[in-house]
Amino acid sequence: MGGKRKGIEVSLAIAEAVGQANADVIAAYPITPQTHIVEHLSELVANGELDAEFVPVESEHSAMSVCCGSAAVGARTFTSTSSQGLALMSEIFFIASSMRLPMVMALANRSLSGPLSIWNDHTDTMMVRDAGWIHVFVENGQDAYDHIFWAFRVGEDPDVLLPVAVNFDGFILTHMIEPIEYEKDETIKRYLPEFRLKNALHPDKPVSMGCFGMPEIYTEAQMSREDGVTGSYPTIIKAWEEWGELTGRQYHPIETYRADDAEYCIVTMGSYGETAMEVVDTLREEGEKVGVVKIRLWRPFPFDEFRGAVLGKKALIVIDRAISFGGPGGPVASELRSALYKKEGSPVIVNYVAGLAGRDVSRNDFRNIILEGKAKAESGDTEGFILYGLRG
Amino acid sequence: MQEIRLHGRGGQGAVTSAELIATAAIKKGKFAQAFPSFGPERRGAPVVAFSRVDEKKIHIRARVYNPDIVIVLDPGLLSLLDPTDGMKADGILVLNTKKGPDEIRDKYGYKYKIITIDANKIALKELGRLIVNTTMLGAFLKATDALTLKDIETPVMDRFGAKLGGKNMIALKRAYEEAIIKE
Repeated sequence: MGGKRKGIEVSLAIAEAVGQANADVIAAYPITPQTHIVEHLSELVANGELDAEFVPVESEHSAMSVCCGSAAVGARTFTSTSSQGLALMSEIFFIASSMRLPMVMALANRSLSGPLSIWNDHTDTMMVRDAGWIHVFVENGQDAYDHIFWAFRVGEDPDVLLPVAVNFDGFILTHMIEPIEYEKDETIKRYLPEFRLKNALHPDKPVSMGCFGMPEIYTEAQMSREDGVTGSYPTIIKAWEEWGELTGRQYHPIETYRADDAEYCIVTMGSYGETAMEVVDTLREEGEKVGVVKIRLWRPFPFDEFRGAVLGKKALIVIDRAISFGGPGGPVASELRSALYKKEGSPVIVNYVAGLAGRDVSRNDFRNIILEGKAKAESGDTEGFILYGLRG
Repeated sequence: MQEIRLHGRGGQGAVTSAELIATAAIKKGKFAQAFPSFGPERRGAPVVAFSRVDEKKIHIRARVYNPDIVIVLDPGLLSLLDPTDGMKADGILVLNTKKGPDEIRDKYGYKYKIITIDANKIALKELGRLIVNTTMLGAFLKATDALTLKDIETPVMDRFGAKLGGKNMIALKRAYEEAIIKE
């Protein structure tokens, strides 16, 4: 079982997980708030603690290009970025999944310009929601550490072959020092087999990758990508189950807290789930029948598990961390409304957008959101979204 | 759970103080957090850092609004901000100042338990530099049962290495002994 319990900054633990996973190639460009991950990895490589190629690129576009090349030869590949960096590499980001190139990205979620902001929300990741990657959201440092191994395991599985983004809240987690249980290298070795890419680029056995797609093939190529992302689901579940057996830490695509007999549930994605649990405990003491539903797996979206967790509830109070301007609400709430459309027993959805660009969402704010959301649900005021804490 | 807020200026090491508190508590088997007030660091500008210590897993991902303990690393900050903002009724103020608790209370009217220490003097003497983060931890330890001098020693030595760590521990212990408490 476990190795050592350490009090460490989450960014450093992520870098050390990449080291324990024995990555072969790391290509990344430093950007706030992801910087400490890349700095620490470059240290580990320079000190000879990690036998990997660290490619100090001149931009994120190049970082993702290097990652594609490295994954294509069958090297275990890692990168990390945030916000504007993700925007700059977005062209190649889509290509990585279309070429079915496994790699792991620690995506330290941050708002996009403008106005220029270095702080946390989910606008960056929502930009690449439809890029054909597997997306997971973690809620604490342990979770982030664990999911580096899980992401390599899932993405590199011959039945999957997809890039995986581990989303974690910038600053809230990147700059947090907290206890993390490290696993022993032997445990990681047992969990994470060597990466063997069947049709890797090799001079002795030439193959073509990333070819031109005529109208006759583009549709089929996209369907194959859809099948790839959807079809990754059983592997994702199996990888979580085995991690649970090895470490005692169990993860699920949808996780709930005090939700079984709840009439109203707050729905979160990422680190907000933790504060939400705390506030639900307090509200329960006051007699409110409330619970938490946490979306861990964002792509492929776990429709059955989500519906199983929420059908029969009176209302969901969904917190989004991004806006879809002129759209039907926050991206998460929009998807949940679609997932529940015309399902028997589907709860109404009240949508809040909160915590944009690092505006702190305190316990008191969560309490306000849950109680106000409940009142709105009861009065039928459920259209669009509410921008929580908007001044003026 | 003990919630701690640290006020300092960029470069004084408030974030390091928070970090040392958290790592010492974690080493002891407790649960803890340390985090800065997120943003671009500017040397000399007022900064805030936070720490939480508990016996069980901590689930809060927000700033500290109602601290049990407030540590002020820079004497000049007292005239710029109210360090007692949101403090719990039985809160403790740990201040770097030449003045004693009574003089401070007369001047600012703080209603809380006050611990004062002339950390600038100690840091200059023992470290030769005006960085008071470890010195202030000595005064902080006097305010709490959560951690002991022994608990903080390993994190300080790990962080600063044998030579500098030793000097920091001397400053820290001096502050522990010299700090003045007033209920």
